[in-house]
Amino acid sequence: MLGGWTGTILRVDLTSGRITKEPLNEAWARDYVGGRGVAARYLYEECDPEVDPLAPGNPLIFATGPLTATNASCGARYMVVTKGPLTGAMTTSNSGGKWGPELKYAGYDLLICEGESPEPVYLWIQDDVVELRSAAHLWGKGVFATEDQLKRETGVPDASVAAIGPAGENKVLYAAIVNEKFRAAGRSGVGAVMGSKRLKAIVVRGTGAVSVARPRELLDAQWAMKADLAEAPLTSEGLPGYGTLALMNVINEHGALPTNNYQEAQFDRAEQISGEELAETRLLSNKACFACTIACGRVSRISDEGVGRYAVKTSPQNWKHATEGPEYENAWSLGADCGIDDFDVILKSNTLCNDLGMDPISLGATVAAAMELYEKGILTEAQIGMPLPFGSGEALVALTEATAFREGFGAELAAGSKRMCEKFGEPGAFMGVKGQEFPAYDPRAIQGMGLGYATSNRGACHLRAYTVSAEVLAAEPEDPRATEGKADLVTTFQNVSTAVDATGLCLFVTFGTTLESIRPILVAATGHDLTDDELTQVGERIWNLERIWNNRAGLTAADDTLPKRMLEDAIPAGPAAGEVNRLSEMLPEYYRGRGWNEAGEPSDEKRAELGID
Amino acid sequence: MQALEIHPDKCTGCKQCELACSYVQLGAFQPARSVIKVHIFDEQASFAPYTCFQCDEAWCMQSCPVNAIDVDENTGAKIVLDDACVGCKLCVIACPFGTIFFDKADDKAAKCDLCSGDPACAHACPTAAIEVKEVDPGAWVADFGDRVDSSYRAAVEEGS
Repeated sequence: MLGGWTGTILRVDLTSGRITKEPLNEAWARDYVGGRGVAARYLYEECDPEVDPLAPGNPLIFATGPLTATNASCGARYMVVTKGPLTGAMTTSNSGGKWGPELKYAGYDLLICEGESPEPVYLWIQDDVVELRSAAHLWGKGVFATEDQLKRETGVPDASVAAIGPAGENKVLYAAIVNEKFRAAGRSGVGAVMGSKRLKAIVVRGTGAVSVARPRELLDAQWAMKADLAEAPLTSEGLPGYGTLALMNVINEHGALPTNNYQEAQFDRAEQISGEELAETRLLSNKACFACTIACGRVSRISDEGVGRYAVKTSPQNWKHATEGPEYENAWSLGADCGIDDFDVILKSNTLCNDLGMDPISLGATVAAAMELYEKGILTEAQIGMPLPFGSGEALVALTEATAFREGFGAELAAGSKRMCEKFGEPGAFMGVKGQEFPAYDPRAIQGMGLGYATSNRGACHLRAYTVSAEVLAAEPEDPRATEGKADLVTTFQNVSTAVDATGLCLFVTFGTTLESIRPILVAATGHDLTDDELTQVGERIWNLERIWNNRAGLTAADDTLPKRMLEDAIPAGPAAGEVNRLSEMLPEYYRGRGWNEAGEPSDEKRAELGID
Repeated sequence: MQALEIHPDKCTGCKQCELACSYVQLGAFQPARSVIKVHIFDEQASFAPYTCFQCDEAWCMQSCPVNAIDVDENTGAKIVLDDACVGCKLCVIACPFGTIFFDKADDKAAKCDLCSGDPACAHACPTAAIEVKEVDPGAWVADFGDRVDSSYRAAVEEGS
């Protein structure tokens, strides 16, 4: 077996309760490296692409990579791979913390959950011991209470818990799987899939060892990468100091901060929800995931004045003590996109999203779309149960809770922005791709992001091709308004990011280092030699595999598009005033460069080149 | 003698120290067998690495019935002699700080030996929360004791 792996995968059939251990497919581990790649290969093999995402036939795969649980910086990640209920596409949702490493130390590279349990259960994994246990007493509880209770009743406080909250149980289409309370496989509704299987939580404690093929070589290579991270301004100062929120002022100054459901691209009160403001008024500490030498996590506190406002029935304890977050994307979705400038509101809604188990990006963006419909008179106060103008923190907090429980208007929001906007006759107010809401960069102001959103295999996403790095953050950025060269740029970002995802490292290492520094660590760990080009090609292979599966699931070139507002309505004001996204100038070139036909399907030659049957 | 000086305020909870510690012992990554542990107190936003202080009185050493704990003459570290240890766990009971462990994998006591003078955890720490210091053992422990005592009294007074 390759180094870095335990060589064993765990398969749990929730319908019958049968638990089996089987060898990891080593050929796939070579060709697809790990994590996102190997899990995608298993899904490709085992899941009918046309399956209903919430049916028992949709497997829910948790995958580590070969560098997960090693001392390579940021080797903390696991990937959840399944058919996403929000998008109908293969989704790959990534999380940090220490749940992934615990699974590896327990002796398992992947966990595949199949079927559907007749009763609520949780999965207990302590090294060799693997059991399904009743979760009847936990059903209906929030993520925080579930984790606390499970640590108490198992008597293993060092265990790591990945759980769903009421949102997952109630199959909110963007429900998340949350581990260690504040780290989440957040997007595309992986929590709803877990809820459909009546799997409340997976509790893991691993005390075993992870060995690598060439330890001495790995030590040298990982030191070199850590030195890169300690040197680069973003990973040594920006992210530890301000978290991803360091972006708020930067993106706003570029006129690329979507505001009021993408009706504008600058938020006049962005400073009030910036990383600098958080650091000054509410930050208690930064915090690292397992093995991470960057430590971008925010441990923060709602202000004394803010604690008493907007109580809801499930108000978590963390409103009074330390909570975590927000990330830039969440501060945007719950902030600027809803016209909200109050960190206390953002922290409350964000903490509720963690406790109730929901993706704050999609939740905030869906509320923002509802706010637009309300202000246009399409939705009324009577329908919503409250006034819902842009800027209403009280409504955002109340609707966050209502959505998780599908109460009142929350039942509409639980379907996501696309379905909600269609239901009320305003499909043009949905801001996203393939049913998934946009993150926090206006693609009219940053052309490459538009192509990245449109072609992302899991619907609109900032993590699949973060061309913001090249178009905005670089020392000598490429012109973000130009479309020339963006097809190649997006393809490269997609391939490289996918390769990094497959290793088990956090994508954020790419803010301070390159694939050329990561590859020697991977090779030393597995003992399987790869060149830089071959590793990039692994990314391309995974990307194409996801694409082929998505095509079989019914997605076509027609889904690789942006909302009309992004393509036809110019940004009204700010540095990017007058811009639209010129997707049609980039997409055909992107298809050609990828070796895909005009229908967006990988050609036979491309499939042969990549070795995809 | 040497000791590790730990600054919890600088710790981010990444556990690179545990990874490094297990690696120098075992040649593999196994945080469960690390003899430095990071405790994470989420509600207080506090991360606290802790390991043996190499304290002067060394109750572990005094309690051992088979003299399996010795002093490294170069560093002053108290070290477990694996050949002599019978796994009776008296040292684990005796240590007031909870920094000597019973390792189920080999049925022996396990504790920090300062890596014979070049502690891997201190190297691995990305924020210099763990530093190697030359210390006068008596004074160091006394100072620590005073600080713990005063913060305990402050907490009691605040609570009452």
